[in-house]
Amino acid sequence: MAAFLTAFIGELREAGVPVSMVEAVDAARALEHVDIESRLSLKAALGATLVKSARHIDAFDAAFEAFFALMPPGGEDADRRAFEDHAAVSGSGGAGAGASEVEDLVAALFSSLRDGDLGLMQSVVRSAVSRLAGMEPGRPVGGAYYLYRVLRRLQLDEIGARLRDELETPGASPIESRLTAEEVERRLEEFREALRAEIRRRLVADRGRQAVARTLRRPLVEDLDLTTASRDDLARVEAAVHPLTRKLATRLARRRRRGRDGRLDVRRTVRSSLQTGGVPIDPRFRSPRPTKPEIVLLTDISGSVATFARFTMQFVYAIAAQLNRVRAFAFIDTIDEVTRFFGPGVDFTEALRKVGTEAEVVWLDGHSDYGNAFGTFVLEHFEAITPRSIVIVTGDARTNYHDPNPAALARIASVARSVYWLNPERRRYWDTGDSVMGAYAAVCDEVHEVRSLRQLERFVEKVAIPVSRPVRRLV
Amino acid sequence: MMFSDASAVRPALAAQGYLADDRIAQVVFLADRLDKPVLVEGPAGVGKTELAKAVAGATGKRLIRLQCYEGLDESKALYEWNYRKQLLRLQADQGREWSEIEADIFGEDFLLTRPLLEAIRSPEPVVLLIDEVDRVEVETEALMLEVLSDFQVSIPELGTIGASSLPAVYLTSNNTRELSEALKRRCLFLHIGYPTIEREREILLTRVPGLAAALADRVARFVAGVRAQNLRKPPSVSESVDWARTLIALGVADIDEAVIGDTLNVLLKHQTDIERVAAGLTEGTAAG
Repeated sequence: MAAFLTAFIGELREAGVPVSMVEAVDAARALEHVDIESRLSLKAALGATLVKSARHIDAFDAAFEAFFALMPPGGEDADRRAFEDHAAVSGSGGAGAGASEVEDLVAALFSSLRDGDLGLMQSVVRSAVSRLAGMEPGRPVGGAYYLYRVLRRLQLDEIGARLRDELETPGASPIESRLTAEEVERRLEEFREALRAEIRRRLVADRGRQAVARTLRRPLVEDLDLTTASRDDLARVEAAVHPLTRKLATRLARRRRRGRDGRLDVRRTVRSSLQTGGVPIDPRFRSPRPTKPEIVLLTDISGSVATFARFTMQFVYAIAAQLNRVRAFAFIDTIDEVTRFFGPGVDFTEALRKVGTEAEVVWLDGHSDYGNAFGTFVLEHFEAITPRSIVIVTGDARTNYHDPNPAALARIASVARSVYWLNPERRRYWDTGDSVMGAYAAVCDEVHEVRSLRQLERFVEKVAIPVSRPVRRLV
Repeated sequence: MMFSDASAVRPALAAQGYLADDRIAQVVFLADRLDKPVLVEGPAGVGKTELAKAVAGATGKRLIRLQCYEGLDESKALYEWNYRKQLLRLQADQGREWSEIEADIFGEDFLLTRPLLEAIRSPEPVVLLIDEVDRVEVETEALMLEVLSDFQVSIPELGTIGASSLPAVYLTSNNTRELSEALKRRCLFLHIGYPTIEREREILLTRVPGLAAALADRVARFVAGVRAQNLRKPPSVSESVDWARTLIALGVADIDEAVIGDTLNVLLKHQTDIERVAAGLTEGTAAG
C-alpha cells in the first residue's frame, strides 16, 4: 500500500496539486483507520488529507478515478470482472455489433433509465462498451474516442425525447415539463458518467494506471490557457473568476488599510484608557488612507482576442469596488466608451452582448487597427486620462499592417500615471508578422504576457498596490 | 474516541437533525481518530456551522464557539489580563513588596479566558468551532496554529498551558481568501457543496415539519434546476428550507408558476437573479 500511495501522491504533484510531506504521512495514518476495501471511504480519507483547496478537487478526482478504477464500485466478483475485461479488450474488437443488437441495447437502456434501475443500467453500460466501443489492446487512443464511438450508436438524444414523452403526464404545466426535462437530462448524464467510468476501468486494465492518469490530467483552473480554452474549460474559469476576485479584493482592502500606522488618535486613546483607570495602556492610531487608483481600460474586442477581453473586463469590474473609478473603452478599428453598459447589479453576459451590438467599435472593415483606435481616443476621450489614471491596454498588438501610431499611445502615457499592456499571446510570437508589440512596449511602463487567471491575478494585485509613483517621461 | 466506527457517525448526526453524506461522515470519523482539526469549506448556507453543532450534540460535548471577524486579536481569541481587577488589587495592596504583588496579579484569578484558551483548559472534552476563519488576518491565523497542532497555549507570565483533554476542532471558511499553507496542513479538509437532490429532499423533510414528501421532492428538484443556472448567488440549503417553510405557511400543496413567481424572493436575493429565473419559468424549457 505504501508504494501505491507514493505513486498516487506523485501523480497528484505532477498534476499540480501541492502535497506536503506532513500531508502524505497523514494520508498513510488515515488509511489505517478506514476500510480500504471500500472505494468511498478510501476516497474520503485521501481527499481529506491530501487536497486542501476546492480548486484542486477536480485534479484529485481525475487522479483517483485513474488509480482506483480497478476497484469495483459495488461488491462485485472481481475475478469474473477481470475475465470479462480480458475478453472485452483482447476480443474481436467489438466493431461488428449488428443493428439488432444495438436495438436490444437501446431498449434495455430505455427501460433502465425510465425505471431508474441501476443494476440494469450497469449491465447495459458493460455490454455497450464491449460491443460498441471497439477497444483494442495497446492502442494509444484516449477514453473520449471510445465514449464517442459508443454514444454515436446509441442516439441518446432520441432516447431522451422518448423518455420525456413517457414520463410526462398529459396536460402538464410548463414548470412540470421543465422539471421532467431536467430529470431526464440528469439520468442521461448518470448514464454517460457510468460509461466514462467503465471505459476508464478497461483502459487502466489494459495500459496501467499511471499511463491513464497522465491522459486524464487536466490543468488547474488558474493555469488554463484563456485564449485556447474549450467551452467546458471556459465555464470552469468563469466559475473561478468570482471567488478569485473576492479573495483579491479583501486582500487589497486589507493591505491598503494596513501598512504603516497613522498619527496618534488622541480622542480614541483617551476613550480606551478609561477601561484601565485613565492609564493609556493601549494607544490608538488613525489609519492612513492612501488614494485609490483610477483605472482606464482599453480593450481590443476583435475576434482573435475576444475570450481574453471578456475575462479582463470581468476581472477588472469585479474588483472595481476596490478602485476609485473604472472607465472602460472597447475598440476594434475605432474606439467607444463602454462604461455605461456595466455597473452594480448588471448581468455581465448581458453587458458584454450590448458592448458587441451597441458600442461603435467598427469604423471600416472590422479588423483590429490599434493606430486608429488610439488616435481616436486621443481626439475624443482624452479627458478620461488624468495624472491619477492607470491605463491598461489589452490586446495582441496585431494591427493588420495598419500604421501602429505609437505617438498616440505616447501622448496618453505622458499624462497618465502609468500604462500597462497585457498581451494574451506568447512572448515568443511578439513582433512576428503584423504584431507591433515592440513599438508599443517602448511607450508603456510594463508589458505582460497574460494567458491565464494566475497571471491576471498577479498583475492586478501588483497594479492595485502601487509601491511608488513612477516618474513620467516627457515625450 | 467518540465513534466506534465510521458507520456509527451518520445515525448519530442524523439524531441531531443533521443529514451527513458518506464523505462528511467519513471525515468526521477520521478527525476523531487522528485527533486533527477539520477545515470545512463551501458556499454560504450549506450547513458548515451546523455540522460542528451536530457533532457536539451527537457526542454530548459542550460547544465553544469563536466567531472570527476582521480585527480579531489575541485578547479576544486567546486570553486577556483583567486590567481593572489588577489595578484594584494594586490599589488595595499599597505598601506591599512588588515581588509579592507581581506573582499575585499575574495569577489565574486575573486571567480572562477567551474561547481558544477555554477550550484547552476545559476539564471535560469540548467541541471548538472556529467560525469563518477566513475573515481574520493572516497574523491572527498564526495565533491559532499552536492551538491547532499542539493543543496548547503559551502565556508569557504563566508558561505553557496544555490541554487536559483534546478538543475536537472544526474550522469553517467561506473561501473569501486563501488560508495559509501552515493552517491547511494541520487540518483535514472537507469541502461541502450543494447537496444532491435526494439529500436535499431528506434535509427538507427533517427541517420543515408538515412538509409533504411530494412537495419536498418538487422543491428539491426545482432548486437544483435553479442552481444549475448562471446566477450571482445560487440559493443555499437554508434558503430552500426557508422557501419550503414559506410554501407551508401559504398553504400551498403544489408549486406552479404563479406561486413560484410570488415567492421567488425568498429563494433568491438579487433582483437580476429573480428576473432571470422568472423569465425562465414562462419558457417552460430546461435551462442550463
